[in-house]
Amino acid sequence: MNNKSDVLIIGAGGAGLTAALNAKISGASVKVLTKEYPTRSQTCMAQGGINAALGNAGEDSVEAHIANTLKSAHGEADEEAVRFMCSEAINAVEWLDSIGVCFSRTEEAKIAQRTLGGASASRACYAQDYTGLKILHTLYDRCQKEGIEILNEKYLLDLLRDEKGCVCGAQVLDIRSGEIEIHRANAVILAGGGYSRIYDKNSTNSTASTGDAIAIALRSGAEVIDMEFVQFHPTALKNSSILISESARGEGGYLLNSKGERFTDELAPRDIVSRAINDEIQKGEDIFLDIRHLGETFIDEGLPQERKLAKLYENIDPVFELIPIRPVAHYTMGGIFVDNKSQTTLKGLFACGECANHRVHGANRLGGNSLLEIVVFGKEAGLNAAKYAIENSFEDKTQSDVTGDSFFEDLKEFTNEIDFYEKRELVGDMFYDKVGIVRKEDELQNAAQEIAELKTQLCKMGVSDRSKEYNTNLIEFLEFRNILDVCEAVVSGAIERKVSCGAHYIV
Amino acid sequence: MKISIKRDEEFVEYELNAEGETLLWALTKIKTTQDNTLSFSSGCRSSVCGSCSMRVNEREVLACSYKLQDGDRVEPLRNTRVIRDLVVDMDKAYSFNAKAKAWLDPIVKNAALNHEDEKINELQSDCILCGSCYSACPVYSVNEEFLGPFALTRAWKYESDKRSSDTTQMIDTIQTNGVWDCTLCNECTLVCPQNISSKADIEKLRSKSAMAGHSDPSFAQSFGGGFGFDGSPSF
Repeated sequence: MNNKSDVLIIGAGGAGLTAALNAKISGASVKVLTKEYPTRSQTCMAQGGINAALGNAGEDSVEAHIANTLKSAHGEADEEAVRFMCSEAINAVEWLDSIGVCFSRTEEAKIAQRTLGGASASRACYAQDYTGLKILHTLYDRCQKEGIEILNEKYLLDLLRDEKGCVCGAQVLDIRSGEIEIHRANAVILAGGGYSRIYDKNSTNSTASTGDAIAIALRSGAEVIDMEFVQFHPTALKNSSILISESARGEGGYLLNSKGERFTDELAPRDIVSRAINDEIQKGEDIFLDIRHLGETFIDEGLPQERKLAKLYENIDPVFELIPIRPVAHYTMGGIFVDNKSQTTLKGLFACGECANHRVHGANRLGGNSLLEIVVFGKEAGLNAAKYAIENSFEDKTQSDVTGDSFFEDLKEFTNEIDFYEKRELVGDMFYDKVGIVRKEDELQNAAQEIAELKTQLCKMGVSDRSKEYNTNLIEFLEFRNILDVCEAVVSGAIERKVSCGAHYIV
Repeated sequence: MKISIKRDEEFVEYELNAEGETLLWALTKIKTTQDNTLSFSSGCRSSVCGSCSMRVNEREVLACSYKLQDGDRVEPLRNTRVIRDLVVDMDKAYSFNAKAKAWLDPIVKNAALNHEDEKINELQSDCILCGSCYSACPVYSVNEEFLGPFALTRAWKYESDKRSSDTTQMIDTIQTNGVWDCTLCNECTLVCPQNISSKADIEKLRSKSAMAGHSDPSFAQSFGGGFGFDGSPSF
């Protein structure tokens, strides 16, 4: 195996694959590592759509897209970055169309668009309710066409630094063999996804969204910002936390309480709707999504996945019954600080996707802007990392594999007195209660103390499975350590931000 | 409720209360509370990531969408290397997508596709690469170079896409260990969690191949019979 490349990308979701394609086009050699397989990432779960002011379904403009995004961000977004993203949106969708994404279409042979919350127009381009899946798979096919090397089931342990402190590669665990590998590169792009699973089962996300890239960036000394901004999606299935897409409300679905009353504007931004639902739940109400009036034909055409999921996980058919829902953690706005070249505060380290913070979502992300972000800034990260890598060729560098972290070695000595799976669930529930939709100063302090204490107990939570090959018990423990580091950043950010803002609501 | 899970060569029995729950829920419960060494893959929990495909009572399922029954016997997918317990190596099956040249080439700007055009390959583009079809495929079980169901469905997805202007290379590629090797047994269709019929897609690719001047090699070698070895007409 050639363990050197110009650009090394950690993560093979939509952001990582877009970065890979663009780095490759720039003439850089590229290698992508993923802890899963490329088509299994969180991107495949995005349903609603990707925003671009194409104006295919009524009047729209880039300016309106910018205004909606900024409004939802509550002053916490960078206007220049938002302007860039919204302006590039049209090119991004045209590019996705050109490589074969199977978007839904109108009778007039245009890409179909629908309205999501907080949008002044029908702006979200979609592929039925499989938008993320179809974008991700098409990006994957494109990477195959370009011969991009993607290595599956490699878990990031640490970043390598050269004597000047520049990031020059990564230390990873090959999950299958249990061996540690060193992958050197001139530039590293982190595209490892968000951290919604710090809320454990109170999240719509894949079990893989454990904030690994952010935790490792933090431990390596990169700046991480706005971690307290966590978006709670209003409509997850009550028992399983499986997402029911915002498009269900965009297409006309209602939110009802136990009395059958509507209690909020269903298409307000997600933070507002989630709080309205939370308030009702606090009053003792059960909350339901009602799409019965849309009719079976419409539901099967526009929301087929929603019907399937509700039947399977809640045992109800939304054509005839109300869907029980509650808000759960869905998207994490905070992440690794990057400049307008997607470069982190560490030289040689770039970031894109949900783990990065390009400051386009601010305190609350608009539906349809996350798929947009990964394509627009995935491209920027790929282009800029390739440029940096080519300009900073490492042939003349001495090969020093400095990794600052000995945890992986240390854990072999850890005792097995405390069950980390129990603690993982406890952290998730505790964070949902205390660092969730509505926060209180004293509860935040309390949560911070609990996390600090758990961190000191890690040495008693050693893994019981001692096998070398494909040890998921070990991987989940390493993820749990990352979860705790991310939790610490989230709760300290929440304590420092004394005033409510978007998704961070403090009373 | 009791379920048995194949680990190495033996089935190991586990007992737990999992009425009305999914298999993935049960596996997670067993791993986190009974046996930390149990290995399986999972991700989205909602049938779109394709990670948790396995076999229950000799039938391919997604663990996240299968409702557990007492006495269920759980095994890893077939026709691929078992890495550990229910985890299999999907690298080879994935590699057939590239081998089949399943992509759009050249890329086309501003193609005008309408609602009907969208429907042509909507179903094929629902594929989640879970690999159930490779596990169920009797041809792949005896010919490990057979491009296989999901790669050929992907080839058809791009072949049938109105944006594709030239698929000659792809069609040429899928002649060997490809469309003609399939026996049209339909096992892939029966196990697909997304209701895709690779068999039907392969039939359509056969027809395209014939139009491009290719023919069924088994037909070409036979004595002029009008039928393939499975009795179906060959183009």
